[in-house]
Amino acid sequence: MSSEIELLVNKDYQYGFSTDIEADALPPGLNEGVVRAISERKREPEWMLEWRLKAFRRWQQMTEPHWSNVNYPAIDYQAISYYSAPRTAKPLGSLDELDPKIRDTYDRLGIPLHEQKLLAGVAVDAVFDSVSVGTTYKEELRKHGVIFCSFGEAVQEHPELVRRYLGSVVPYSDNFFAALNSAVFSDGSFVYVPKGVRCPMELSTYFRINAADTGQFERTLIVADEGAYVSYLEGCTAPKRSTNQLHAAVVELVALDRATVKYSTVQNWYAGDEEGRGGIFNFVTKRGKAFAGSKISWTQVETGSAITWKYPSVILQGDHATGEFYSVAVVNNHQQADTGTKMIHVGRNTKSTIVSKGISAGRGNNSYRGQVKVLPKAANARNYTQCDSMLIGNRCGAHTFPYVEVQNNTAIVEHEASTSKIGEDQIFYCKARGLSGEQAVSMIVSGFCREVFKELPMEFALEAQQLLGITLEGSVG
Amino acid sequence: MIHISELHASVGEKEILKGISLEIAAGEIHAIMGPNGSGKSTLAQVLAGHPGYEVTAGTVTYNGQDLLAMDPEERAQAGVFLAFQYPVEIPGVSNAYFLRSAYNEIRKARGEAEADPLEFLDIVSERLKLVDLDEAMLNRSVNAGFSGGEKKRNEILQLAVLDPRFAILDETDSGLDIDALRIVADGVNRLRRKDNAFLVVTHYQRLLNYIVPDRVHVLVDGRIARSGGKELALELEERGYDWVTAEPVAGV
Ligand SMILES: Nc1ncnc2c1ncn2[C@@H]1O[C@H](COP(=O)(O)OP(=O)(O)OP(=O)(O)O)[C@@H](O)[C@H]1O
Ligand SMILES: [Mg+2]
Repeated sequence: MSSEIELLVNKDYQYGFSTDIEADALPPGLNEGVVRAISERKREPEWMLEWRLKAFRRWQQMTEPHWSNVNYPAIDYQAISYYSAPRTAKPLGSLDELDPKIRDTYDRLGIPLHEQKLLAGVAVDAVFDSVSVGTTYKEELRKHGVIFCSFGEAVQEHPELVRRYLGSVVPYSDNFFAALNSAVFSDGSFVYVPKGVRCPMELSTYFRINAADTGQFERTLIVADEGAYVSYLEGCTAPKRSTNQLHAAVVELVALDRATVKYSTVQNWYAGDEEGRGGIFNFVTKRGKAFAGSKISWTQVETGSAITWKYPSVILQGDHATGEFYSVAVVNNHQQADTGTKMIHVGRNTKSTIVSKGISAGRGNNSYRGQVKVLPKAANARNYTQCDSMLIGNRCGAHTFPYVEVQNNTAIVEHEASTSKIGEDQIFYCKARGLSGEQAVSMIVSGFCREVFKELPMEFALEAQQLLGITLEGSVG
Repeated sequence: MIHISELHASVGEKEILKGISLEIAAGEIHAIMGPNGSGKSTLAQVLAGHPGYEVTAGTVTYNGQDLLAMDPEERAQAGVFLAFQYPVEIPGVSNAYFLRSAYNEIRKARGEAEADPLEFLDIVSERLKLVDLDEAMLNRSVNAGFSGGEKKRNEILQLAVLDPRFAILDETDSGLDIDALRIVADGVNRLRRKDNAFLVVTHYQRLLNYIVPDRVHVLVDGRIARSGGKELALELEERGYDWVTAEPVAGV
């Protein structure tokens, strides 16, 4: 591979700055006292604390899973601080009261929090370290009966909804990281779309880890009531730091009968430097439960993090439910990603589609891990899986681990896989038409990812495409 | 237009071009013929700047510029075009997007304004007629799943849209049916002007009935073994290549 292509993948991480802000942080360490302290700071009701404590006790009996195809140094859970909030964070009367430094941070990230300046038709919830610092377009959404607020606020103001659905898709006992999250989660977003309502705008949350040596454990719960529709986008960035930071989030989606939930992620946590120092350890549990005739669609563009461990899944509970997973995962330098999905067919005539595009550059290692499970009652279940890998250079790796388990013989499960290499000939062909090497690589890669990009909301498709160009710049080797 | 002098090029240890000298003036069409493996495509790729070939000696001057010192994209922006013998597939990238990006890069290099998608559509629709291609072609991925002949015609569409000063056609006629051959040749003839030049690599005298060359060169084992007028192509058709190598090398 020509040295020229090698230059194309190592551009600076432009979101790597940090904000100097006074924080209310708990000292490092994890014990029952810490769980209680978090709950107390958030003035939570008793039932919420009880739930956290159950999760914590469960977590203590669990061990960190090591079946994924990633290597990382042992995480010292006692060295992490589990809560950090900007000191000024008290309930805000309006977004104008937001600390200017925080507002400035989001401006630099290209996420203006002034409602009038916002992208038309996108409501934003901004989560800074452990807490939500502001949600836009709240009033407008209220008019349609849509609830979009921070998780903390939802616990206070809509306890009946939270109690009903929290843990209904990802129980606190689900896995090690989900249990940890359930014990110490500090904030996140909550969405409820009432029966028959089509949410009038895209909803999005931007997560920002700022404080050093702090873990981020947010929790998102989205409930679309019968016949409702919502499209939600999550974006993430973090400062460049030389030590690893832990991010263990949980996302639960509930699509009641005939509802549609579309969840898109553009994940760009700091990935560490060229030598593999620093970066976010991203251990995330995302799952949706789709009831009769409903549809849950995950689209993810994963370009950041030192380690990604994430399998957005759908339990196709009701008859005629549909689950989709569209993924682009890019690894460069020393990044490692083990990502994929689970489609669990429970109901009859359920249908799932999986399209996974893995791109590996530098010394990156990319694994697709997918499970398709058809339970005995899921007559006429259908799954189509397409899993493509692209290699840029000779030192990276791509691995595919498909698991298929069919317990109903009327099911049809199809799997296609391919591996390709960006060839010098493709790049030369583009250059011979006047395009630069950078344009060539980004064009070839975007072409490879096209089926996934077309699933992203329009406003973000471009962003994702640009992000991909940045991530791959200087990468081939 | 272009002046090639004593050009040597190799891949690894193997020398493929062993001293090629050739001069093509604006307004001219030259044809290159020669047996398989004689170095025709290598010459074409070296002129376009393929990084896999190392130029070990010689010079190439293009409109007064040192062509060999330029990056491939700079050459393209300066008006050099290679229609590939084996066009490359780029899945997922639409032909229209690819062409417009290339078109705009070349415009930018010339200090001209870029064309937006609508303006470009006008330009391209007119050019499509020239090569008798269907508009549906634009929405397909670059060369992906194209038949051999479609790929070649797509190269000619690119040629027509990018409007180069110096175009090299590497066996664009191979794999074309008779009708397509005529369309491609007509396209070239229509694009032919006083201020541009063509270098046409072919195995078939037939093509040269349609595209009438000013000069014909025979490449054998990395050298130009013989040059002549358009009659030379006919002679080769009749007698094959053996007699060329047997007789003394003619001047260019
Ligand atoms: N990248 C390469 N690596 C090794 N050998 C090469 C390479 N490119 C060309 N060659 C060799 O150089 C010689 C000339 O090849 P070239 O493709 O230029 O021939 P050609 O005249 O175009 O032949 P054809 O008429 O079959 O298209 C051949 O022997 C070929 O195998
Ligand atoms: Mg050839």
